Amino acid sequence: MFYREAGQFKTSYKADQAIFTITQDKFFVGLVLIVAFCVVPIFINDYWANAILIQFLVYALAALGLNILTGYCGQVSLGTGGFMAVGAYASYKLVTSFPEMNFVLAILLSGGITAAVGVVFGLPSLRIKGFYLAVATLAAQFFLVWLFNKVGWFFNYSPTGMIVSPPREMFGFLVTGPEAHPGARYLFCLTFVAVFALAAKNLVRGRVGRSWMAIRDMDIAAELIGIRPLEAKLTAFAVSSFYIGVAGALYFNVWLGTAEPTEAFDINQSFFVLFIVIIGGLGSILGSFLGAAFMVLIPILMKNIMVDGFGFAVGAAKHAEVMLLGTLIILFLIVEPHGLARLWEILKEKLRKWPFPY
Amino acid sequence: MAYERNIGDTILSVDQISLSFGGVKALSNISFAVREHEVFAIIGPNGAGKSSMLNCINGFYHPQEGTITFKGNTRRQVRPSEAARQGIARTFQNIALFNGMSTLDNIMTGRNTKMNKGIFWQALRFGPAEKEEMEHRAVVERVIDFLEIEAIRKTAVGTLPYGLQKRVELGRALAAEPDLLLLDEPMAGMNLEEKQDMCRFILDVNDEFGTTIVLIEHDMGVVMDISDRVVVLDYGKKLAEGTPDEVRTNQDVIDAYLGVSHDDEEA
Amino acid sequence: MLFLLETVISGLMAGVMYALVALGFVLIFKASGIFNFAQGVFALFAGLALYDFIATDGWFYELFGFALPVWLGIIATMGVMIIVAWLVEFLVLRHLVNQEPIILFMSTIGLAYFLEGLGDILFGSDVKPLDIGLPQGASDYLLDNFNLYVEKLEVVAAVVAAVLVVVLAIFFQKTRIGRALRAVADDHQAALSVGISLRTIWVIVWSVSGFVALVAGVMWGSKSGIQFSLSLIALKALPVLILGGFTSVPGAIIGGLIIGVGEKVAEVFAGPYVGGAIENWFAYVLALGFLLIRPQGLFGEKIIERV
Repeated sequence: MFYREAGQFKTSYKADQAIFTITQDKFFVGLVLIVAFCVVPIFINDYWANAILIQFLVYALAALGLNILTGYCGQVSLGTGGFMAVGAYASYKLVTSFPEMNFVLAILLSGGITAAVGVVFGLPSLRIKGFYLAVATLAAQFFLVWLFNKVGWFFNYSPTGMIVSPPREMFGFLVTGPEAHPGARYLFCLTFVAVFALAAKNLVRGRVGRSWMAIRDMDIAAELIGIRPLEAKLTAFAVSSFYIGVAGALYFNVWLGTAEPTEAFDINQSFFVLFIVIIGGLGSILGSFLGAAFMVLIPILMKNIMVDGFGFAVGAAKHAEVMLLGTLIILFLIVEPHGLARLWEILKEKLRKWPFPY
Repeated sequence: MAYERNIGDTILSVDQISLSFGGVKALSNISFAVREHEVFAIIGPNGAGKSSMLNCINGFYHPQEGTITFKGNTRRQVRPSEAARQGIARTFQNIALFNGMSTLDNIMTGRNTKMNKGIFWQALRFGPAEKEEMEHRAVVERVIDFLEIEAIRKTAVGTLPYGLQKRVELGRALAAEPDLLLLDEPMAGMNLEEKQDMCRFILDVNDEFGTTIVLIEHDMGVVMDISDRVVVLDYGKKLAEGTPDEVRTNQDVIDAYLGVSHDDEEA
Repeated sequence: MLFLLETVISGLMAGVMYALVALGFVLIFKASGIFNFAQGVFALFAGLALYDFIATDGWFYELFGFALPVWLGIIATMGVMIIVAWLVEFLVLRHLVNQEPIILFMSTIGLAYFLEGLGDILFGSDVKPLDIGLPQGASDYLLDNFNLYVEKLEVVAAVVAAVLVVVLAIFFQKTRIGRALRAVADDHQAALSVGISLRTIWVIVWSVSGFVALVAGVMWGSKSGIQFSLSLIALKALPVLILGGFTSVPGAIIGGLIIGVGEKVAEVFAGPYVGGAIENWFAYVLALGFLLIRPQGLFGEKIIERV
């Protein structure tokens, strides 16, 4: 009853097509943003930043990227890990080769480089569809990981093969490296994610987003009404890879600190982000966030319950986590293929009537 | 239909088109001409190659022989998206709507070829992209009004009943403001009321916007009523071309097709 | 020259192993239209179960005090795989009738994760050597007479694969069930409407596939022990299927052989120039090339789209 929209009518097309049309929604989102930007950095500590929040932000960003490609445009990709690697390594090379470069610029350029790579690996999508495309993206995944492992130029010929993120500052605050304040690192990521989420929402509700969804729903019909498949698919790959590249750069620089391609960016990473997108909801911006929160919290919950609570071995908890993940994926696909985002919608529907049953 | 309409010169000319799939010859040496602003019907028994003919005009199928001339441009093959940009729009036998989107969004996709603000403006939204979106929304709203589908604007099209889906599909085609509108069995599966509505819409489109219409239709009553001229296909070959009356009395056509009384839709 | 021959033969043998796993995929795809990502995990699970039945340090021995002889162990494992097939149908497939292929594919990813975790918990994650009496070591005949190193086990695998292919091909083409399987693969709802019991068909198919998984698991397990990397074979099978065509049984074999040889030859001859480990991605790039030129694979069915 508090969530009713009765009395809220729109008098212009612009108002009708705004992102948040219900006043309660605008209020709620505003509140979340204020808390996220102003309140959290004051109370944050290393544990929260490292174990939960920054991971959540980075994966939410990667999931936004994958959602654009797979959820909105229908092009399946199993190469997310590899593209995150491109972003990470691009940022590494830029930051070490041009130490004077503004860090934000370096990250954005890494995204741009990843977008270019994404377009190249996306070219096959013009000839092959659906499931077969997934295989092509696997080629990208394995090839890229191999590339960053073998070719010394990428890791500056370091004997360990690993890359280390050098300390970098924004507005006088360290945002990378072990000395950085967790609040600074968190805010840095949060800003990126907030801006990119807004951009993503704008894209998907406009002409470009509609052409993506048209391709996803029936690409033949889309072509027949004038949408150029080449353009639509490649822009999806480009934008998606841009997001994933930036996520990879942030992942490496702000969260990991050091990275080695076979561990940090392998096929399991690709599956992880895919699971976020499935559980959160394909084709939903909100879903990317919900799914990321879910997937980041599950291992922590499992560990707390099983190891600390019931005294299981850490290994057993890991295996149980894997089993739980598999079960959840199947459950979501059967019960609610549109994921947590749809469940959220249903909840809001119920809220409209609460406290009345119908 | 005996009122004056300013039917112009030939806008679409099909010359000696032949189309085969492997060993099957779908179309053999088909030629006909469609004049601007007229309503032109393609009829024939099932499997005659009518949809294939539309697909050739659209660019979805590539004929092996012959040419198609549209608005002065002669070509044998064309990319579907190019055909659309030249001003050809169409509806489909089995509805081809985008099921993941609402009615409004589906019809907005029909405006896609006319919107051109790039990715960066779109991501920003504020400013030129927003203005463009609103302009085109206004056009789409006029189409929605015209087709009387205001109530289902925000409904996901996958949940709509068949008749309404066909109307939304027509809306998407109309939103593109085409010069040539190809309708593939627009009345299929409809009851009498829905058929009357659809007829009215088609005639209104032709009347108000001057859109040239080529339609495939099985309902003989409709065809005879609303078309200016008709071409009859059977087994990929052309049997006759002319006004409805001429075709109706053509012996070949009667033998091939019109053996059944054309009053059957009043049952 | 001899070296090239050995490399090629080694590649062929590796290819046969790939083909064995790919066969399981083809079966399920042919009959359900699903790419069963969990096939590799099935092979692993089958291997683990077999080991448990016939070894002296597994659950079975603990519970019953004796280990099964190999032939009984195989039958028991088959029973386990049938139960697994039935459970998969009951818990997963039944609820996903007529969903898009990509949804089904993702559900098999979930299945793979689940079974892998389960296998880890039930059987532990150390490598288990599987010895069921298959010949080990190199073929003395070839080694002595032609100076060629070929493992006897791989020859056995090749023979087994050949037999399987023939049996399966006959099954699909000639039997009533085979026809029903192909109907189901084409269109679930249509098959239902002509009275084909989807459930029975699926249980049959997944059981047969489980059997193929068992064979694959046994072959791989005898060669390098039952280990969890077996589940990653699923990923290698994808290029094989693309080359051979997802619905072709002989295609799986040919595709496997091509990939096997291609990988080995590329690794041995081109590898040293680029630092090695080309095997990681060569198969995929090869498959990608095929997709661009001939999307349906060598033997698959071409899909014609109509509007």
